[in-house]
Amino acid sequence: MVQFASDGRPLPSPTPVSQPFFDGARRRELMLQRCPRDGFFHYPRSRCPDCLGDDWSWEKASGRGELHAFTIDRIGHDPALSSRIPFAIGVVELEEGPRMTANIVGCELEDLRVGMALKVEFEDVDETTLVRFTPR
Amino acid sequence: MGKDAGAIIGLTEWTPKRVWDEPMFGMEACARLAAEALEDAQMDKDEVDGLVIAGLQDSPMFAPSALAEYLGIRSNFNEVVDLGGATSCGMVWRAAAGIEVGACDTVLVLTPSVPQPPKPEARKGPGKMRMPPYLGGDAWGSPQGQHEIPSGLVAATPGFALAASRYMAFHDCTQEMLAKVAVDARHNAQSNPRAIFRGKPITVDDVMNSRMVADPLKLLEIVMPCFGGAALVVTNKSRAQRAPHRPVYVSGHGEHLTHKSITYAPDLIDTPVRIASERAFRMAGAEREAVDLASMYDCYTITVALTIEDAGFCPKGQGGRFVAERDLTWDGGDWPLNTHGGQLGMGQAGNAGGMSHVTEAVRQIQGRGDGQVPGAELAFVNGNGGILSEMVALILEGA
Repeated sequence: MVQFASDGRPLPSPTPVSQPFFDGARRRELMLQRCPRDGFFHYPRSRCPDCLGDDWSWEKASGRGELHAFTIDRIGHDPALSSRIPFAIGVVELEEGPRMTANIVGCELEDLRVGMALKVEFEDVDETTLVRFTPR
Repeated sequence: MGKDAGAIIGLTEWTPKRVWDEPMFGMEACARLAAEALEDAQMDKDEVDGLVIAGLQDSPMFAPSALAEYLGIRSNFNEVVDLGGATSCGMVWRAAAGIEVGACDTVLVLTPSVPQPPKPEARKGPGKMRMPPYLGGDAWGSPQGQHEIPSGLVAATPGFALAASRYMAFHDCTQEMLAKVAVDARHNAQSNPRAIFRGKPITVDDVMNSRMVADPLKLLEIVMPCFGGAALVVTNKSRAQRAPHRPVYVSGHGEHLTHKSITYAPDLIDTPVRIASERAFRMAGAEREAVDLASMYDCYTITVALTIEDAGFCPKGQGGRFVAERDLTWDGGDWPLNTHGGQLGMGQAGNAGGMSHVTEAVRQIQGRGDGQVPGAELAFVNGNGGILSEMVALILEGA
């Protein structure tokens, strides 16, 4: 589900399973689930997507990764974000393995390159905290 | 699969339009499509005993039974398919398979994509076709709503742009090469009286100069959403032999999916059409070289380059060079692709847009194409749903 921030942008509605991810972001920690057999996974799930085991635990990730793919939204595909264009959407491959979708900030749009080194950063929006990445 | 499976013998297809000034309820649209397709097949409605649909706005639950009741059909085989842009190709093989296993004998495959009549209290007239940007990801509990939508990864174009960025970073592919897909599609659309871009050919420069929408994808590399509709009649071998048009058999099919969001694809640029196509060719016992005509889902130019290489028509990484160097036109091209103009040239009328790749291949094999390619006996057809996520491949062959 999507809720909308006081500035109009879409925000996540955490579920009981995903709440620790968003709580971690509020503390400036990037949290990932880790399965004892299959390693880290993202996004948060009730069971490991490799073995369907439920004996995973939450661990703090390094926050480092690289830009796996990116685009720049020039038109505002989500009308709720059209006031923020142009902005960069990235697929980030984390050092721990999983990929995540996040905005790439703190970088000229022309300087974005597949493979560039990134580090996590956080932005508080109302009661929620968004995970973003910036060059390192 | 093969010639004991179902054959496509009749079809209808409506001209795509940006604004549909004749709103119809889903069941009304299905009734008109059914009457037209059965007329084309010269088949009596009472012979129909199967329905394959993609849901109905006017009966969101119990759709097949509601439709059977409305159309007066005693149906033995009833499927609702939910595969995004791959829905139409997914419907075709399910119909053929239902016939092959003896579940039914004649199936109507229906893809209405028209707006419903406005509610009595509505004040606005008919609007343009627009897809809701969240594509179901705003449901409570949806991972997409929590992890994709807040960053703006919504609708379809940004996701395809992500794949394009990675593809172009690792392979010999330029924006000019991809632009050629759109140029050849528009060329082919000039032969199609139903194409929304008939009378509007374009050049590579036009594509390059069109507005950047989501880097590296530009406006003329992106389909135009439209309204429209299409239907097929699929029947068994004995009934197919008395049809007025040449029966077109579904001799192979494959379907594969692993993810909804491109972020979680096993590999962003090794698409599920690879496995879908391997399965389809193996089932049909056909080689890539035997393909006379390709009818590939072309929601974006990058989709075509990836489909050509992942379906095995050129080595991995050479799809960009392939589309740039081969002539994809219907009139003299050495590799005719989307002879109806594709959806890039004809318009993307919802599921009927995906179905246009099937109807065109059928018309070509039946010898009644608008831009007819000589000797079209065997066609490769595919559908792509989601963000390179749901892929169906079909091999269609003339009897």
